[in-house]
Amino acid sequence: MRRSGYLWKRSMFAAVTVLVAITLNFVLFRVLPGSAVDRFSKVPNATPELKRALAAQFGLDKSLWEQYWRYLVELVHGNLGISFANQQPVTDNLRTAFANTLPMVTTGTVLALVIGIGFGVLSAIRRGTVGDHVGTNLAVLFYAFPTQFLGMMLLILVAGRLPAGGMSDPFAVDQTWVEQWRDVGMHMILPVATLVLTLYAENTLIVRSAMLETLGEDYVLTARAKGVPKRRIIRSYALRNAMLPTVTMVALSLGSIVTGAILIEIIFSWPGIGRELYNAVLARDYPMLQGGFLVITVVVVVLNLLADLLYFSLDPRITE
Amino acid sequence: MSSNTISTGEVAVELHADQGLWATLRGVMREPSAIVGTAVIVFFVLAALFGPLVAPYSLTEPSCAVYEPPSSAHWLGCDDGGIDVLSLVLQGGRISMIVGVVATVIAMTLGAVIGVLSGYFGGATDVVLMRITDYFLVIPQIVLMIVTAAVWGPSLSHVIVVIGLLMWTGTARVIRAQVKSIRERTYIRRVESLGAGHVRIMLAHVVPQVGPLLVANTVLAITVAIFNETALAFLGLSDPTAITWGTIMERAFERSAVSAGAWWAIVPAGLAVAFFVMGCYLLGRSIEDSLNPRLKVSYLSPWSWRLRPLVGRDKEAV
Repeated sequence: MRRSGYLWKRSMFAAVTVLVAITLNFVLFRVLPGSAVDRFSKVPNATPELKRALAAQFGLDKSLWEQYWRYLVELVHGNLGISFANQQPVTDNLRTAFANTLPMVTTGTVLALVIGIGFGVLSAIRRGTVGDHVGTNLAVLFYAFPTQFLGMMLLILVAGRLPAGGMSDPFAVDQTWVEQWRDVGMHMILPVATLVLTLYAENTLIVRSAMLETLGEDYVLTARAKGVPKRRIIRSYALRNAMLPTVTMVALSLGSIVTGAILIEIIFSWPGIGRELYNAVLARDYPMLQGGFLVITVVVVVLNLLADLLYFSLDPRITE
Repeated sequence: MSSNTISTGEVAVELHADQGLWATLRGVMREPSAIVGTAVIVFFVLAALFGPLVAPYSLTEPSCAVYEPPSSAHWLGCDDGGIDVLSLVLQGGRISMIVGVVATVIAMTLGAVIGVLSGYFGGATDVVLMRITDYFLVIPQIVLMIVTAAVWGPSLSHVIVVIGLLMWTGTARVIRAQVKSIRERTYIRRVESLGAGHVRIMLAHVVPQVGPLLVANTVLAITVAIFNETALAFLGLSDPTAITWGTIMERAFERSAVSAGAWWAIVPAGLAVAFFVMGCYLLGRSIEDSLNPRLKVSYLSPWSWRLRPLVGRDKEAV
């Protein structure tokens, strides 16, 4: 009963957050200077029919409340308007971009997690040693580097030895399936490396301090007194419990993952959602900007919800 | 610090917070990482104050060739317009730090006000304020910043306001938690029964107690603000004519410093951000850690005591 109550509460919170983001999205683009009719139906070189269709779909000549309602209805139907830049539906543009972003960001995040947990645990159990100092200070240093700086440095360092931009070789023809994968993989090395360098540091520091806290707990002392082997103490007693704060912190660091991904996609011309957002900013492509914001926000909210659920399954104590 | 006899984190945190701002800071200043952090911050503040005055070359008139490598005349080389990079970074530091500090002050004021009100009054005020905070906490800030800055138009002051207005959530949560616990203490009850008003209690008795926490948060928030400034600048959302560490890197990237191999146009600004952020991080974390002595207790635990010889030749080494 309590369990389902918790799940219900978290899911409702996520749903309301999405609604808040949707509303914010609507307000931002209509309250700030410039009229919505300009913003939404002023697709450059659009035919009068398209303009009229957009005005009708989004009720641009109606009252704000009516517009808000139309906006919600169209959103439910997956209509986010027409991109100014290529006159394609925003939804289609975003779908392609999102599919490109996903593998790069997932690989980078997972690698950064594995490396961060590894270094964090090592640092914690060897607290005060030279290795710990080196590892921790290195992590602080990498934490302090701006992502775009790391990306540009990697580009200069490998100059020409690895593909520097894009997602695949545009001049490659007649590739087999395997070659295609290899090509994309090669293009992915630098963006993923940059993302890992950006993210691993924060993870290392979080895991280290979480481990130090659990290692100081009484149950660890008890386990030692009972003669539980050290490996087991670390894995089953300390690390398991240190995972709780780690899950929370990783969920909170979703923001830096998004920032990192956007900057990395710009530097390495990765045709993902961050680059779309950047191009939208440059071209003042408001429908794309709005759509990009919405997609990223919804994804982050859903991931946060998943982190909550994971936390819940790791720690059955929480009911409130 | 007399915290080693205290076993639970919450109690210890309260005791430490009770020492007040200056006592806490004085304690923190014995930590090596805090000293290093403070030294770095002081260095950058001095550089921002006096750097532009001693900058060797003009920021508007070219003084050497395009992307000229570092030499004895131009220690850090030149950028795409033949402008001395050292002079640029010195000037950029001043503006970057103004952006960072002003945005942080806005964010911290908002965060502290919301946190204190929420924790002090509790009830409906708390629920409403914390709900709002939670929404903003989950919505990815950078994207909201990008969208707001893009719709609003590129300008340095817009960047400052946007960063400041969207960065307060974490602080509000932390301060609220602390205020909630202070609220329950006996001396607050006593002051209340002596007839002090809400405003007086909050300003004279609650706010000073959250001082150390607020200072730690402020120092850490400056790092986030500076990062966000460089990120927004990189997206072309800052004032293109303003010289900041962010716009220096953005310009170098735009004008293909990477393919020209002109690392000197990028590295100084990047390292400046990194070192300043690192200084703030070291100091901020030291203050935070001193408020959470649990981290110290574990060092004394038998576990790490036994682990210490690990570097040597203990067979049981993990």
